[in-house]
Amino acid sequence: MSAHTVSNAGVMLGRSMRHITRSLDTIITVTITPIALMLLFVYVFGGAIQAGTDNYVNYLLPGILLIAIASGIAYTAYRLYGDLQSGIFERFHSMPIARSAVLWGHVLTSLVSNLISVVVIVLVGLLMGFRTSAGPLAWLAVAGILILFTLALTWLAVIAGLTASSPDGASAFSYPLIFLPFISSAFVPTDTMPAPVEWFAQHQPVTSIANTIRALFAEQPVGDDIWVALAWLVGILVVAYAFAMAAYHRKIA
Amino acid sequence: MLDLGLLLTLYPPMNRGAMNTPEPAIRISGLQKSYKDLHVLKGVDFDVARGSIFALLGSNGAGKTTVVRILSTLLKADAGTAAVNGFDVAAEPGKVRESISLTGQFAAVDPILTGRENLVMIAKLRQVERPKEVADGLLERFGLTEAGGRRVATYSGGMRRRLDIAMSLIGDPPVIFLDEPTTGLDPEARIEVWGIVQNLADNGTTVLLTTQYLDEAEKLADRIAILHQGVIIVNGTLAELRALLPSATVEYVERQPSLEEVFLALVGDKTPNGKQDKEERS
Repeated sequence: MSAHTVSNAGVMLGRSMRHITRSLDTIITVTITPIALMLLFVYVFGGAIQAGTDNYVNYLLPGILLIAIASGIAYTAYRLYGDLQSGIFERFHSMPIARSAVLWGHVLTSLVSNLISVVVIVLVGLLMGFRTSAGPLAWLAVAGILILFTLALTWLAVIAGLTASSPDGASAFSYPLIFLPFISSAFVPTDTMPAPVEWFAQHQPVTSIANTIRALFAEQPVGDDIWVALAWLVGILVVAYAFAMAAYHRKIA
Repeated sequence: MLDLGLLLTLYPPMNRGAMNTPEPAIRISGLQKSYKDLHVLKGVDFDVARGSIFALLGSNGAGKTTVVRILSTLLKADAGTAAVNGFDVAAEPGKVRESISLTGQFAAVDPILTGRENLVMIAKLRQVERPKEVADGLLERFGLTEAGGRRVATYSGGMRRRLDIAMSLIGDPPVIFLDEPTTGLDPEARIEVWGIVQNLADNGTTVLLTTQYLDEAEKLADRIAILHQGVIIVNGTLAELRALLPSATVEYVERQPSLEEVFLALVGDKTPNGKQDKEERS
């Protein structure tokens, strides 16, 4: 990326970040809802859940982070759809700027805003008793996986935002993504589930990602989970990026 | 015309784009575009002279917006050529984008940002120096200084359109496309926009205007072209267009004020914005 592109993308990032800070709805959905979910699971259901960790917050936190990101990226699709409809997308594309900055602005915004909500949720988790002995390297690995997860889902959101025919359609694609952590090891160990559900839970991406993050936090060996998780994340990212760019080139000359 | 040879020797060819050479600001020939089965443009030709206001008229769906989208590099033509400021839209889209600004019929401004933030954003994207000062200058010029700190979502249609046009002036592009600039505006706001457009052309900017309001073209345009069924059926000055019909006959008609005149006389100078603008423009 040239300096010009970086500067343009920075301006686009500033613009979309203002959209977020001025939208109470976005802040509630991406930060407060996951925190409420965490409170609910820890203080209402948590006592009845045998997760095998000495403290349920430690078990739950990775899944809550994944849910927060899955609901956060829906707004990327929504904002992109809005830009296409309002005509500001065309204004930007008729200007002497790096055209790729228009999409990258949205992608960077998704990354920055989701990282902010992740940090807030981790801080609340600490207040609720989340403890980890993870060293800097393990934290870095967790951050890397969350960034990869955000990027992969964000490019999925870009496809939805570019191809949707209504604002509801632009964000509806994220519902299955938000639901996926519930049928995984994110909230309860999968071995308590009936066989077909357990099979599904074992073979969908969220379980390996949640297990990897949990193992990193607990300083336990990550085993094969990390490779399965990385394969899923990189695979989704590459495919979603390719489809998103194809959809983008269909939209513009 | 007489000094053309002298001009060419005085100014090296590199700089000629910006000078008042006879090369038109916009040159379109044989432009064609289809959407699936719909043949919208069937060979459109016209030139727009530098510093002039050119009105492209046509009914809804005639293809005016398609022409503007091709000229602003948002859409590729199927056949024919189009050049803006001497640059071919297909071969040198980057140069074309440096030469133009587009204001959309849906006023592509960001409603969540304030007026000032919209202007600063565009100034930063165009990498203009001192973006904040540029923004403040434009807010003042367009009577939006007080509203500059408010979100655009709270603006009236006329204020939005003024901001839209102000945004398109950043970076001083030599050619501006105004796609239906007064659609949906009240009579006073329309007159305001007309004043702004006239001002632009007086300062040397080339304006391509699309509109479905005939009075707008009559009031503003140096030349008028009518796009009908995919081709330009006439192209000329207002006087030339008038000459197409049988010469005027003298009739005695009682002159009644139009509703617009009544409306403007009644509400005319009572809005503070209107006043402010008149003072600034005089």
